[in-house]
Amino acid sequence: AMDTDLSSQDRKDLDKFIKFFALKTVQVIVQARLGEKICTRSSSSPTGSDWFNLAIKDIPEVTHEAKKALAGQLPAVGRSMCVEISLKTSEGDSMELEIWCLEMNEKCDKEIKVSYTVYNRLSLLLKSLLAITRVTPAYRLSRKQGHEYVILYRIYFGEVQLSGLGEGFQTVRVGTVGTPVGTITLSCAYRINLAFMSTRQFERTPPIMGIIIDHFVDRPYPSSSPMHPCNYRAGEDNGAVYPSVEDSQEVCTTSFSTSPPSQCVFTVTKAHFQTPPPVVTDTLKVPVMGLAFSHQLSSSRLSYQPAALGVGSADMGYPALFAGGLNAAHPHQLIGPGKEGGVPPVPSQPAHGTQADQERMCTPLDGVHYSAATPSSSEDTETVSNSSEGKCGSPHDLLETIFIRKVGAFVNKPINQVTMANLDIPFAMFAPKNVELEDNDPMVNPPESPETESPLQGSLHSEGSSGSSTGNTHDDFVMIDFKPAFSKDDILPMDLGTFYREFQNPPQLSSLSIDIGAQSMAEDLDSLPEKLAVHEKNVKEFDAFVETLQ
Amino acid sequence: SCPLSTRCCAPSSAAPAMNCRAEVLEVSVEGRQVEEAMLAVLHTVLLHRSTGKFHYKKEGTYSIGTVGTQDVDCDFIDFAYVRVSSEELDRALRKAVGEFKDALRGSGSDGMGQISLEFYQKKKSRWPFSDECIPWELWTIKVNVVNLANEQERQICREKVGEKLCEKIINIVEVMNRHEYLPKMPTQSEVDNVFDTSLKDVQPYLYKISYQITDSLGTSVTTTMRRLIKDTLAL
Repeated sequence: AMDTDLSSQDRKDLDKFIKFFALKTVQVIVQARLGEKICTRSSSSPTGSDWFNLAIKDIPEVTHEAKKALAGQLPAVGRSMCVEISLKTSEGDSMELEIWCLEMNEKCDKEIKVSYTVYNRLSLLLKSLLAITRVTPAYRLSRKQGHEYVILYRIYFGEVQLSGLGEGFQTVRVGTVGTPVGTITLSCAYRINLAFMSTRQFERTPPIMGIIIDHFVDRPYPSSSPMHPCNYRAGEDNGAVYPSVEDSQEVCTTSFSTSPPSQCVFTVTKAHFQTPPPVVTDTLKVPVMGLAFSHQLSSSRLSYQPAALGVGSADMGYPALFAGGLNAAHPHQLIGPGKEGGVPPVPSQPAHGTQADQERMCTPLDGVHYSAATPSSSEDTETVSNSSEGKCGSPHDLLETIFIRKVGAFVNKPINQVTMANLDIPFAMFAPKNVELEDNDPMVNPPESPETESPLQGSLHSEGSSGSSTGNTHDDFVMIDFKPAFSKDDILPMDLGTFYREFQNPPQLSSLSIDIGAQSMAEDLDSLPEKLAVHEKNVKEFDAFVETLQ
Repeated sequence: SCPLSTRCCAPSSAAPAMNCRAEVLEVSVEGRQVEEAMLAVLHTVLLHRSTGKFHYKKEGTYSIGTVGTQDVDCDFIDFAYVRVSSEELDRALRKAVGEFKDALRGSGSDGMGQISLEFYQKKKSRWPFSDECIPWELWTIKVNVVNLANEQERQICREKVGEKLCEKIINIVEVMNRHEYLPKMPTQSEVDNVFDTSLKDVQPYLYKISYQITDSLGTSVTTTMRRLIKDTLAL
């Protein structure tokens, strides 16, 4: 790109826009996979902290991870920012679901106004991203995460890697924005083949009866960017380990001018701050102190809980366990103390935000520095060489969790391996299956109670129950092979086993069972007057009966 | 013809004016899914066509408020969408969609109709001529209501309509991404000719919603509703 055509102020603005656009893109994507409904408030008066005039909360860990991956660089040709969304089951198997790519191509639009048109189009693109993140298959999966699986994210910078998505993956384009230095494109490639990955990347030991084992194995490749759970739990002690006031609060008060239309005045209102910034090389870079996010997240809980590592199987739902391998020495987990890179843990107070800001401001975020791509001093130094590569080993090598659930005395397979039909997810195929097919085992898939008019009639054969829309009522009740001790009954022509199955549930109400021979509704109604007449005739008897009950 | 008072807006012609781009979406839904499906599409369009409130300052500069968003889950469709966080806007859309749904259910309807969302600009004319409404974007959603026989079909319909709506959202985003004509950002005196400034938390482009029901004879019964914005009825 030729800088001569772009004023230096415009260039600075553009780089800043692209940087914060990238950060907001990551926030939108990760928040859309948290499994919760997101809600932010509109505010008619600009608070000065909302990039692109949109209320998108900044989860500090996510911003931190994104910045680490970017390492001071911006998306450029051949250097794309990717957010990988994957699924990890409680058994430890994982599968890539989506790759969101923020790319730059060479097609430049020299005529476009940076601080006005580009800014507004980036805002529009974020809105499109909000909409599109809800329509890919992973959204519905992520809304149902918790016990059987969790959704993880990973950010990397460099070349886009789509091989983990399986065959026939689809792509959806979110949008593009032309700028004088290139065209920004945002797209998503998503897996459609949700059959489980055939090659397991790591061994799973079979469950051992009666023993609880929680075994976390260190990540074999500590240099590769780790995966993080897209899930949070509210905690009592919300000591955020990352400064809560990010520099995303900088710069946001923008003014637009309408007169004359060709000029765009980009002014910044300086907000009140308690300590003067050490270095302000850029008038736009004003640390904003004491500005609280006015957004209320009414339906999402975005707070963090310090990890309780080694928690037993009772806490299946905690993503920390599934994310596995993330112990205190590896600080990239969303929950937990400790922090790599030398930045000390800070309580969530604005004052420390300044400190963090000051640390970052040692590296002037001037547009010129992006091309050098070697941040001289920042908290990101440690992982620069690794994350700037982009891909560091297959993400599947990252986590090895040998995680065996506590099992009951009668079960020779994990409790969670219930019928796949029970998992209320659109792609039930993905769930892991044991070697022996349990679908055919009537004890794991007990048949539905047969719909018969009378308990003595009806089929004594078990009906297959998998995939029925009425669902399986015996999910949490797993029996091993049922061999009743008693022989056939004399009175009823059935053995104890069939008797048990037969009468497990109360019989269907006869009025609800649809039978060819049954009367139609119309006939029922027709026969009512008759029935009423009969009852009226016997009214004296009924009254007498009622008397006896008094 | 336009039911609005003649003082504020001349009738806009039935056919979209030149340079007004028109997009048509079609959905087949069950009766109880009509409202949610319409709201999903309308809210998605308005998400892209709403900004924060403008605050004009001296020297012709202005700042823009912040638009919040929220997730909405559908009850009768396996689907979720994002809408702008504005209760006023949501109420206005629900009112329009509710009337559309009632009309679809009404007698003489065989379950087919369409609802339109039109974005327009006002062009002030000198007295005695009334202002013109010039549409610049028109979204039409054609609806076909189906009747289902049993619960199993309904379950399939939930999923199918959900998938269809996902496609519609992608279509809408494609159109938005074309970056075609948008009204110029107005000066303070012109802002009400471009934007609806009556809401307190967001500022959509001026829009109006209308619908048509096809009766069983196949003829089209036009019911144009009033704009739901107080603005036009204000003095």
